[in-house]
Amino acid sequence: MNPEPTRKFVARVEGLSQRYGRKLALDSITLNFPADCMVGLLGPDGVGKSSLMSIISGVRKIQTGKVEVLGGDIGLESHRTAACPRIAYMPQGLGKNLYMTLSVYENLDFFGRLFGQDKAERDRRIDELLASTGMSPFKQRPAGKLSGGMKQKLGLCCSLIHDPDLLILDEPTTGVDPLSRRQFWDLIKRIRVQRPQMSVLVSTAYMDEADGFDWLIAMDDGKVLAEGTPAELKSRVGADNLDAAFIRLLPEAKRQGHKALVVPPRNVAMEGTPAIEAEGLTRRFGDFTAVDHVSFKIPKGEIFGFLGSNGCGKTTTMKMLTGLLPSTEGTAMMFGEKVTGKDLATRKRIGFMSQAFSLYAELTVRQNLVLHARVFDLPKDKIEPRINELIKQFGLGNYIEDLAESLPLGTRQRLSLAVAMIHKPELLILDEPTSGVDPVARESFWELLIHLSRNDKVTIFVSTHFMNEAGWCDRISLMHSGKVLASDPPAKLVANCGAKTLEEAFISYLEKAAAANAETAAPVAESKSPAQTAPEAPHALATGFSWRRLFGYAYREALELKRDTIRLTFALGGSVLMMLVLGFGINLDVEDIAVSMFDNDNSPASLRYADNIAGSSYFVQKPPVTDPDALERRLRKGDLDVVVEIPPNFGKDVARGANTEIAAWVNGSMPSRAQSVAGYVQGLHSDFVARTVPPSVGAPKVGIQPLLEMRYRCNQDFKSIYAMVPPTIPIILVLIPAMLMALGVVREKELGSIYNFYSTPVTRLEFIFGKQLPYAAVAMLNLVVLSVMAVTVFQVPLKGSVLALILGGFLYVICTTSLGFVMSAFTSTQIAAIFGTAIATILPATQFSGLTQPVSALEGTGAIIGKIYPTAHFITISQGVFNKALGFKDLIDPFLALAVSIPILTAISWMLLKKQES
Amino acid sequence: MKKLSNIFQLGIKELLSLWRDPVMVIFIIYAFTFAVISGSKATSGDVKNAPIAILDQDQSPLSQRIGNAFFPPRFKPAVPIQADDVDPALDAGTYTFVLDIPPNFARDVQAGKQPKIQLNIDATRMSQAFLGASYTQTIVMDEIRAYLQGHKTQAKPPVDIVVRYKFNPTQTTVWFGAIVALVNQITMLAVILTGAALIREREHGTLEHLLVMPLTPFEIMMAKIWANGLVVLVVTALSLKGIVQGVLDMPIAGSVPLFLSGVALHLFSVTALGILIGTVARTMPQMGLLMILVIIPLQMLSGGNTPYQSMPEAVQFIMKAAPTTHFVAFAQAILFRGAGLEVVWPSYLALFVIGCVFFASALALLRKSLSASA
Repeated sequence: MNPEPTRKFVARVEGLSQRYGRKLALDSITLNFPADCMVGLLGPDGVGKSSLMSIISGVRKIQTGKVEVLGGDIGLESHRTAACPRIAYMPQGLGKNLYMTLSVYENLDFFGRLFGQDKAERDRRIDELLASTGMSPFKQRPAGKLSGGMKQKLGLCCSLIHDPDLLILDEPTTGVDPLSRRQFWDLIKRIRVQRPQMSVLVSTAYMDEADGFDWLIAMDDGKVLAEGTPAELKSRVGADNLDAAFIRLLPEAKRQGHKALVVPPRNVAMEGTPAIEAEGLTRRFGDFTAVDHVSFKIPKGEIFGFLGSNGCGKTTTMKMLTGLLPSTEGTAMMFGEKVTGKDLATRKRIGFMSQAFSLYAELTVRQNLVLHARVFDLPKDKIEPRINELIKQFGLGNYIEDLAESLPLGTRQRLSLAVAMIHKPELLILDEPTSGVDPVARESFWELLIHLSRNDKVTIFVSTHFMNEAGWCDRISLMHSGKVLASDPPAKLVANCGAKTLEEAFISYLEKAAAANAETAAPVAESKSPAQTAPEAPHALATGFSWRRLFGYAYREALELKRDTIRLTFALGGSVLMMLVLGFGINLDVEDIAVSMFDNDNSPASLRYADNIAGSSYFVQKPPVTDPDALERRLRKGDLDVVVEIPPNFGKDVARGANTEIAAWVNGSMPSRAQSVAGYVQGLHSDFVARTVPPSVGAPKVGIQPLLEMRYRCNQDFKSIYAMVPPTIPIILVLIPAMLMALGVVREKELGSIYNFYSTPVTRLEFIFGKQLPYAAVAMLNLVVLSVMAVTVFQVPLKGSVLALILGGFLYVICTTSLGFVMSAFTSTQIAAIFGTAIATILPATQFSGLTQPVSALEGTGAIIGKIYPTAHFITISQGVFNKALGFKDLIDPFLALAVSIPILTAISWMLLKKQES
Repeated sequence: MKKLSNIFQLGIKELLSLWRDPVMVIFIIYAFTFAVISGSKATSGDVKNAPIAILDQDQSPLSQRIGNAFFPPRFKPAVPIQADDVDPALDAGTYTFVLDIPPNFARDVQAGKQPKIQLNIDATRMSQAFLGASYTQTIVMDEIRAYLQGHKTQAKPPVDIVVRYKFNPTQTTVWFGAIVALVNQITMLAVILTGAALIREREHGTLEHLLVMPLTPFEIMMAKIWANGLVVLVVTALSLKGIVQGVLDMPIAGSVPLFLSGVALHLFSVTALGILIGTVARTMPQMGLLMILVIIPLQMLSGGNTPYQSMPEAVQFIMKAAPTTHFVAFAQAILFRGAGLEVVWPSYLALFVIGCVFFASALALLRKSLSASA
């Protein structure tokens, strides 16, 4: 059943297969996507919709098969580069590709820069997009503080900033309230009217939305079930709505057991204390009231639904009920007892499932279940049967040994509920448990809930966006801006409004509330349209290197850093602190040597010898040693650095010129100190000998000491501080900038904004340097501060060329941020990035770069690292400029070494960084 | 009983999580094998392979004799140098020492005059400069004495001093370096593992999930401490056996079980410190920076890298509160000097007290931050 042959196609897929581990996400799919219309992808989670969409957008790598998008092979890098400015991709998840600390304007501005628009054009487009979406009043609001629906609108604006020919939206309305959803689709419709040449590819879990699309593709298990217009699909299976049509399209086995959900009436007799009782519950965050005097009573066994737009206070209310969050005002009672958050016994009676997936993604399904069973103290012999029961009940049998992170969204939600149910709680608190779950799975989920409520008398407190789910509740509360608008059985609410459906009733309540509240969206500017007034964005900017895109990334990264004041304070204040610690703390001078005499002679000569040593300012005299055992014991204890043993008859032997031998027992466990100690003792010994022992025959007649004249260059006073402070600057400038940078890429990977790198024309080099720039700038600021500190606080004179120090510093900080970047591109988790950066910087910088031991004295791997590690070169520059009065000419070698390191490190980052998801 | 079981179960979860991060596992292996070996070659202080040049303006048998007297391991063979090259070579750091022998030196010495040899030292290389200068002095004097005594090997002076190094008679710096590297890795890994494990739970929302279960912050913390501590303890034991004793061939003077129980005490305090850091920092990037700011002073000022006694009094006093100071102290005492519990107990006690303080403050802060989180 293909569209008529004359039809244009925006994308063609042939024999596409995609496999993750042992899961086949797409099973040799062949499909054509008609151009210039809305194409909807339908199907449960984990059937390959997201994979298909990301492949078409060029974000994901093709494993096998051929995909043609906008007239070219998207598998070819050249075509991706050319086509990418014409495609927009919005990944699944609320505001997934937005930057939460950036304002609405800054987010849009960033995307504009990535598509090479100049300031005037960006501002014009942003104004138009905001006006047409009614978001103009929120231009300066941080994205993180927008409601879910607004986030999605902003995401859409970001996608539309470059007038794409193909707009790909992955479940854009999942988790968004009905009013916002309606507004969202109106917006898309208007844009389609203005730019009819734009093709839209959408996936959705809401069948009512799909009804409005031009072309539908129903998928299951990596295969295409059917395609056609909504009317065709419905008529083919003889269903009057898409929900039913989809279920009938499913293969026999999946449909089995599916029947229309019937909610048996509840035994209304309100027996005993209510399960939950809230009275005037209020919660404020600063001057923002999230929950405003909410009161309700939920009797045992009731299914109580909580409806409301995103950010209206549902989650906050639930958290207060569970004791996760203390209330500002009001009381919450659970089974007749006040919720305190400390009462572990009550927790055992409650099962909680939070909105965000909060199980251990790195554990398998079974491990998650077992962990929770044990924590809830199930008897050992009951654990296995209970887990098996849940696995069966929740259809997790196929996933039991899979990692939770590999599960499709809907299955994860089922697992979350199974975990919440493991201890058979009397009360279930479920925060949007079915967000992103397909219709069949949702119905079976609710079947479970109804069964629990009616048969096991479990009280269920559930929040949802789905109207059909709300219809299955015994009572529902409509919430908006922290207040409960209405609270009644569903049928009564519909009747009260004179509406036909619950959805209409809800929207009418919301609109009434919104009318009274200026906070919500401003009227949408209908008159103008971005595309009609604006010239088409030039689409041919993708090739080559663009400074604008580079600065786009740099600017955004800088804004994020600026907003994170704690990180900025650590970065700037931390380096000052570290300089103080290292500069004052590290001292290689050997002082306060603990010496003890073991005098076997006790003659005037031996006492003179002892006085000679005690008189030295380097030594601290400890109580004498009296026997060999004590010598051994006290050295072992570590109190003594050296014991000087004077032999019996020392005095006599010296007097008569006979041979005698002093023994110095040095604590050798720290060789560097031991040898210095030995050096001092020997020095004092020769001093003693020179002064008191008559020269014997054959010895040189001249005193040898004055023969050798020491000339300490660059540090005439030979003070440790002069030698130690200049190298601490390079050390600090590798540790902190590398660590700042290290989380740059992994963090985007973990939070999802990495998709912007995949789906926009940004090249890898632009990304690498753009992200590095702000951190390099912070590091340069550190360099200046630390240099000033060296001169003022530590009084180390800066004798050489300041310019050389600055230029060398610049090359160096590029090297160190590059090093952080390499780590970030290499690792897949933030914790690994931190640890990796720590081992790649701390050891080489403090041990192999010449801080305490010159590089030339190293051996083996240390020597190799010391030769190539950038810190070693910048220590040479720093030492040279501070202590040796050197300039560029004298430091040409380290400059070259640093200059060469940059392209090498960048090349490594470039190779590790992938422009596509695999 | 119930508490113990919870702590055990949650700890098992920690271990499984770590095992699922292969890059992390590779890093841990690296840190306790190659990093220890390469760290062993990088100890500070001792003069090794010091580059020396000689400006021989005398060209006599004596000056040549002196020039040939420098050899490894302390010095690289002396390289002849021209007068004009002395300053640039020192500036560039090519040589740490340049020995300047004046014209007619041998003649003057034999004539009983006191000619001066000048030793130019690059004093920015503190550690080598001082020791190296005194070695050079000894070498030059020995050569002159031997020369004057008619090329005989030097006669023993009547009043001599013999230096005997206890616990490491050959003064191998490799062992000391290996232990310092091991000690540093132990601290770093323990802090990162626990701190990051906490932040990760917070960022993934699983921390909140734990709190709706019948678990207390105390149990959550204890689980992280034992699990991550155990990982570090096991890799430490393996590294000590396989790398320090095996590859580097170091004789361990004291009792390994005693050392490992000390490591366990140390781990108790540094994992608690990790939790403390993980509670103060709210995000992974903040944690990364804070960790560096805490680890570096702990490592550099513990007495492992530079002598503890040389630090300013105030720093010494403050560092008494740092677990690493006590760790380094007992590690040296047990491993090198064969000390027993009767010697190291004050360090153990200090570690236990410090650990308890860290633990209590981390717990208080964690409780506070959890009740305020939303």
